[in-house]
Amino acid sequence: MGQFGIGQPVRRKEDVRLLTGQGQYTDDINIEGQAWAAFVRSSHANAKILGVDTSAALELPGVVAIFSGKDLEAAGVGVLINEAAYKNRDGSSMHKPPRQVMPTAQTRFVGEVLAIVIAESAELAREAAEAVEFDFESQPAIASTARALDADAPKVWPEFGTNQVVHWEYGDESSVEAKLKAAHTRVKVDLVNNRVAPSPMEPRCVVATYKAADNMLTVYSPTQGGRRLQTMLAKNLLKMPMDKVRIISHDTGGGFGVRSKMYPETVAVAFAAKQLGRPVKWRGDRVETFMSDYHGRDQINHAEMGLDAEGRIVALKLETLLNVGAYLSENGVRLPMEGGGRIIPGVYHVPDFYFSVRPLFTNTVCTDTYRGAGRPEANYITERLMDAAADACKLSREEIRRRNFVTQEQMPYATHLGFVLDSGDFAGTMDMALKAAHWDTFAERRKEAEARGKLRGIGLAVFIEGAGSRPVEGMRVRFEENGDVSVIAGTYSHGQGHATVYSQLVNEFLGVDYDRVKLINGDTANSPAMSNGSFGSRSSMVGGGGINRASKLIIAKGKKIAGHLLQADPEAVAFEAGVFKAGAGTMTIGEVAQASRDPKKLPDGVTPGLDEEVTYENDVENFPNGAHVVEVEVDPETGVLQIVGYVAVDDCGTVLNPFIVHGQVYGGVAQGVGQALTEDVLYDDDGQLLTASYMDYGMPRAKNMAHVEALFNVVPAKTNELGVKGAGEAGATGAPPAIVSALCDALTPYGIRHIDMPLTPEKIWRAIQAARTGKAA
Amino acid sequence: MRDFDYHLATDVQSAIEALRNSEEGKIVAGGMTLLPTLKQRLAAPSDLIDLGGIDTLRGIAIEGKDVVIRAMTIHADVGASDVVKKAIPALAVLAGGIGDPAVRHRGTIGGSIANSDPAADYPGGVMGLGATIVTDRRTIAGDDFFLGLFETALEPDELITSVRFPIPDQAHYIKFKHPASGYAVVGVMVSRTGGKVRVGVTGAGPCAFRVTPFETALEKNFSPDAIAAIAVDADGLNTDVNFSAEYRAHIVGVLARRCVAALMD
Ligand SMILES: Cc1cc2nc3c(=O)[nH]c(=O)nc-3n(C[C@H](O)[C@H](O)[C@H](O)COP(=O)(O)OP(=O)(O)OC[C@H]3O[C@@H](n4cnc5c(N)ncnc54)[C@H](O)[C@@H]3O)c2cc1C
Repeated sequence: MGQFGIGQPVRRKEDVRLLTGQGQYTDDINIEGQAWAAFVRSSHANAKILGVDTSAALELPGVVAIFSGKDLEAAGVGVLINEAAYKNRDGSSMHKPPRQVMPTAQTRFVGEVLAIVIAESAELAREAAEAVEFDFESQPAIASTARALDADAPKVWPEFGTNQVVHWEYGDESSVEAKLKAAHTRVKVDLVNNRVAPSPMEPRCVVATYKAADNMLTVYSPTQGGRRLQTMLAKNLLKMPMDKVRIISHDTGGGFGVRSKMYPETVAVAFAAKQLGRPVKWRGDRVETFMSDYHGRDQINHAEMGLDAEGRIVALKLETLLNVGAYLSENGVRLPMEGGGRIIPGVYHVPDFYFSVRPLFTNTVCTDTYRGAGRPEANYITERLMDAAADACKLSREEIRRRNFVTQEQMPYATHLGFVLDSGDFAGTMDMALKAAHWDTFAERRKEAEARGKLRGIGLAVFIEGAGSRPVEGMRVRFEENGDVSVIAGTYSHGQGHATVYSQLVNEFLGVDYDRVKLINGDTANSPAMSNGSFGSRSSMVGGGGINRASKLIIAKGKKIAGHLLQADPEAVAFEAGVFKAGAGTMTIGEVAQASRDPKKLPDGVTPGLDEEVTYENDVENFPNGAHVVEVEVDPETGVLQIVGYVAVDDCGTVLNPFIVHGQVYGGVAQGVGQALTEDVLYDDDGQLLTASYMDYGMPRAKNMAHVEALFNVVPAKTNELGVKGAGEAGATGAPPAIVSALCDALTPYGIRHIDMPLTPEKIWRAIQAARTGKAA
Repeated sequence: MRDFDYHLATDVQSAIEALRNSEEGKIVAGGMTLLPTLKQRLAAPSDLIDLGGIDTLRGIAIEGKDVVIRAMTIHADVGASDVVKKAIPALAVLAGGIGDPAVRHRGTIGGSIANSDPAADYPGGVMGLGATIVTDRRTIAGDDFFLGLFETALEPDELITSVRFPIPDQAHYIKFKHPASGYAVVGVMVSRTGGKVRVGVTGAGPCAFRVTPFETALEKNFSPDAIAAIAVDADGLNTDVNFSAEYRAHIVGVLARRCVAALMD
């Protein structure tokens, strides 16, 4: 480990470029001759589309064309796909309604795209979009997760007779129920995992250009990796050969899961560019971001736990309602199962488990992956249960956890849904967090706060994730003529700092100068054939692992070439810090790369070039885990909560760059703080979106945060060669349960044991008022 | 944003004439309220008449027993003004707590008061300090100025030229910031001048108002306890997705008591 190798807190090499305005976001792309697009969006949450009149809009000067769903249908454009295949217990299949890019007969949520208007300027396009007249027959709508299963709830898809997508179950309900009944202690919690708007800083933007001569469509857009989108656009939607569709993302201003999806707007802009033979650009605004970017979370959970006399868990029952929105998005419906289900029930040994998930349609925009993608929801449920169990068993919150942790001796440990935990020191991680947060002296700080009229509380959450899903990824290492080494990645860095970390790895493995390593990603024209992109905290394992494997191939080949040129047996060639050595002879890796271009300098059977591309594959993912301890103060008169202390201990395996991991932890915690304290997407009963701007939707601010002391308890993963575990989503996973735990601890004098997120001042104040007057809040 | 004609006025009179001569003209000061509404296409004026070129509308001075702040003075200048900090520190605090640095360097006192946004800070200051609004043609007592939601006593072609704040013996302002917008969910300005007490409130109602029962009680006994038992009626107060009228009414009382406590220290 040199100055730039594994584990060094190297400063991010992308930052100077990004912070000095040299980034290239999609909105920075303008193509000669481009027209502009604007969308006509539904103002109804549920309505029949009786007709559309575009004549007034088309007459406006500067309007180029208008396409609605009917035009796309006539042109043979396909539908947006969903690959989930869950079954009800009776074997019947889930409901899978098709999603047209723009609906032709019925609109099902406010903000749904109904038509695309192309004009000579963005302003004209918007003006014309307002002049397009849809004839609607409005129908009653349902937006509420809690009420979607009511008998009289309007049906989003009347043909199914229910809003329930499927009733998926795991485990034996009657056996679990019997154990809960027989248990010494039984606790239950009812929770709301509030709906949040992922809110990347960059709104969506699409620039599409089509060259008829070679039938080539190029689409620029912020993504988390283009290959999947390319496949969908080519195969399912526009029905073009794969190699005739190219997706480019230079820089992307925040992904969070919500930028990895194929959206109707992308299809419509690409279709328009192709149809018109003219570049088309669309720049979404913030209101459109709120209305049409997929939302996150939105679950209602009922959970029950049975414990024996010693406070050991005997059984767990968990029933989840998930609001999927009006359609099935790509991954939304899977989040409780493949998302959270991987690691449920968290870091605890639970002998018997029943799990029921009912995804529900409502007249709202779809929900889908958002930082953590099911794991924050799952950990929130388990951690709220553990706090309730601590109360009921009269044990401290740390003791009830300690008694139930899966131990290192129990590993490898199979989770209920078939995943295997290979490593993790949950008790050690929790103890580190408790110590750093001075858990044992908290009473003094509470007393001091009381003197100032504040209620102080301390909260704890221990969590586990699954990271690196779909562990297959192409990675290429290429030696350039000028001595640079390029990493051509199937992953896509949309803020994480891969250019830095991958350079560290190339430096570590191949001894190449850190500054000479360049990252190339985000363009389907040159990315490896297998390219999944970046999501689910996977790039350290699959990208890093890929570089490691490619480096090994490079060294092996380099030894043959160096041996040949140094007249030594390849077996006798050593490689260290970028230098091949045989006896007294040495060659740098750069010299070997240079020589490898000349077939005359190569031994028999060795192909020219030192470049290698590998498809990294692993059978399993990895399991990052950690513990957060939070201290809060509550003003009992106003209900205002302030975080005053924060410790996050992470086991993300081997740390490749602590500086970057800390950044991930801070950002994740900020988003977790947002979910816990301020963020809440609200629709009214008619399905109108009430929170469509930052005037109403509370993004967390700096003052909502406290300094986060981020520490590591490194337990290398046993299942990948770098020993890494994902680090991107832990913050958002640990924060919500730790903060709610801290609040409830602060409210102990009032006997308040739970308040649903977000913990707004009024909710807290009302709970206190109700406790004072002895009434329910 | 739709197209409009732009005029840079050089004096108050020519601004008013340009306004009268336009089809559907609008005055623009800092533009921090007006421009977002244009961008969202909620307003589409035919003409924008910019007061930014009128030097006589800028500045802060002591005149007699008043602090006079000209209409085009930006929030940042009021917040940083030595004159204001010395004469009415609470007003500097109020101005310095508006929005963010960008907003404070564009937004003006005239624009804020003319707009009568229910959640804006200055209207609370006007009521709590008993300010007078000076226009191109008359003076209007602050108490008579704010008529309702985004509604003031100004004529359609009337311009605010300055605001006169009488210097109190003491004043204190506390703002409960909205977690999303940063505007006032509730803002309370309490001032004392001679034996007189004023309690001005913004954020809670359709426009800024005074709480006379608090004032009367505090004039008899200037202590938090004196108003602890006086409930503010929630009827008619604002409700949004985050805060109910009942909560706002409660917070008016809490902030008023805290202002009083701060002034007793
Ligand atoms: C992000 C953000 C946060 C904000 N936060 C706060 C906050 O916390 N507290 C707060 O109080 N405000 C806040 N504001 C509003 C800000 O203070 C505005 O600047 C102010 O309300 C309007 O002032 P302006 O000079 O920008 O007026 P403009 O936007 O230019 O004009 C507003 C209205 O007043 C009229 N007008 C302007 N000047 C005059 C005049 N001299 N005479 C007659 N009519 C006139 C205009 O015609 C227009 O109708 C915020 C604004 C933004 C964008």
